[in-house]
Amino acid sequence: MVKKGTLKQILLITDGCSNKGEDPAATAALAYEQGIVVNVIGILDDDQTEQPEGLQEVEDIALSGGGVSQLVYKATLSQTVQTVTKQAMTQTLQGFVNLELKQILGSNETMDDLAPEKRGEIMEVVEDLGETCDLEVLVLIDTSASMNDKLPTVKEALIDLSISLNSRIGRNRFCIYSFPGKRKDIEKVYDWSPKLDSVSTVFPKLSSGGITPTGPAIREAMYQFSKKSLRRSLRKNDEQDIEEA
Amino acid sequence: MMNKISRKHDFLIKPGMKITGKWHNHTYVIKKKLGSGAIGTVYLCETKGSYAALKISDKSASMTTEVNVLKSLGKVQGNRLGPSLLDVDDWINPIGQKYTFYVMEYIKGEAVRPFIQQNGNEWIGVFMLQLLDDLEKLHKSGWVFGDLKLENLLITASPTRIRWIDVGGTTLIGRAIKEYTEFYDRGYWGLGSRRAEPSYDLFAFVMVILSIYYPHKFHRENPSQTTTTTTIFKKIDAIKTLTPYSICLKKAITGKYETSAQMKQAIQTVLYQAEKNHQEITNQKPFLMESVGILFVAGGYYFISLLL
Ligand SMILES: Nc1ncnc2c1ncn2[C@@H]1O[C@H](COP(=O)(O)OP(=O)(O)O)[C@@H](O)[C@H]1O
Repeated sequence: MVKKGTLKQILLITDGCSNKGEDPAATAALAYEQGIVVNVIGILDDDQTEQPEGLQEVEDIALSGGGVSQLVYKATLSQTVQTVTKQAMTQTLQGFVNLELKQILGSNETMDDLAPEKRGEIMEVVEDLGETCDLEVLVLIDTSASMNDKLPTVKEALIDLSISLNSRIGRNRFCIYSFPGKRKDIEKVYDWSPKLDSVSTVFPKLSSGGITPTGPAIREAMYQFSKKSLRRSLRKNDEQDIEEA
Repeated sequence: MMNKISRKHDFLIKPGMKITGKWHNHTYVIKKKLGSGAIGTVYLCETKGSYAALKISDKSASMTTEVNVLKSLGKVQGNRLGPSLLDVDDWINPIGQKYTFYVMEYIKGEAVRPFIQQNGNEWIGVFMLQLLDDLEKLHKSGWVFGDLKLENLLITASPTRIRWIDVGGTTLIGRAIKEYTEFYDRGYWGLGSRRAEPSYDLFAFVMVILSIYYPHKFHRENPSQTTTTTTIFKKIDAIKTLTPYSICLKKAITGKYETSAQMKQAIQTVLYQAEKNHQEITNQKPFLMESVGILFVAGGYYFISLLL
């Protein structure tokens, strides 16, 4: 059976555009290089109809962070947070499987180029991995003034996410940071822990003022993960498999 | 690879269009759109003179997962557990984009609520027993349905039978439920985990029954266990048709049944009891006849449907 590794994700929840520090797409790319995927959820105000231009950044950050992005209204936040997290897991694992395929087949074939029957078999492996791998999610919440009416919904969505992910076989670790912090770029709200159910008591207070330093926040978030990168930890397990075989 | 959850499912597929698979070369003529959901769009199509349902999407991974489930269910003996799978293939559209599609048995049926409205409440008992039968078979083969909801159920004719479509949420027992809908999800109501267990489906099963009578659904006020249980119990109590079953339904809400067979047994007992009462009171209390009669008929219909 396939051994488990640890997937690392940053889940950025915001409702606007960064306006301070380096380009968040660049720091997201940096995080991705370290084996950390960056997902972004942009919350729309209930009266916002079209996709506002300012939120193009949401998609750009996820693209360079190897993750998934989605714009949503408050009402569907819970389900979206989960879809995005799970879809990003599948995407990362599929990417990893594609890399292996490339080594085995020695060509540029990905899973999608295979016949449906073969694809089905490989998808089972991806699903197994998604169910059993360990997952670390750092939630990074924009607490600039405009997020005011959205935070209670964010809190519910995160508790819900923890229920979903803890129904998996693999282990989870979550932590929550908010930005901007009082003195630093980000501020710890909730330390690494397997569940988010006690989050109610510690939920972040809003920082007044209009700065949104998304770029620096992602960079700081990166350092809150343990050292091992995803690729390394999966490779190590591969070697163990061979030794055991 | 997709980086964004896309919302467009219509790849300009129009009735009359022919779709030919890249790998197996079968051709399907599109007749009309049947519906679309989170993953893809389903069309009625014609192939070699008969109808089938064709689901198409740009989400190759999710589609492959669904196909794997359908294949696995297809191996279950005497299967009525979901539509049978006919073909899986890729389609390249005229401008070179690739989509995945699969073709399955077309389940021609009517939605549950209008059926009950036209044919009477006595059918509730029948459908409950049929559904619990199917759930029991599904669970025995190692799966949990997951996304059990009214929209995923159809009533087919001759014999009248309730059937489910859309196996997108169907999950191996012990794993995390793949897909669910808040109203039907015990996690949302604070009444359990999202781990795939038979009791997960039984909770959703009760919510399916309730949603027949509450077309606009209802919400949790706050996610604490006691308040949500009270809310759901009140909704059960308010529907007269469900009174005979209310104890069973409440037990399933609080996770007291471990298997569908247990719940089915309990509902059968209700129906049997009703039949007995019916015989005893026929002469004395004709005014009770109506409600009891309904249960009696339900039992009859169900046993007939088993023979067919
Ligand atoms: N085998 C089938 N026979 C008849 N109708 C179907 C069949 N499969 C799907 N449909 C119709 O298509 C709709 C959407 O399909 P569904 O599989 O639920 O999509 P999704 O999983 O993306 O929500 C269903 O609500 C149903 O009306």
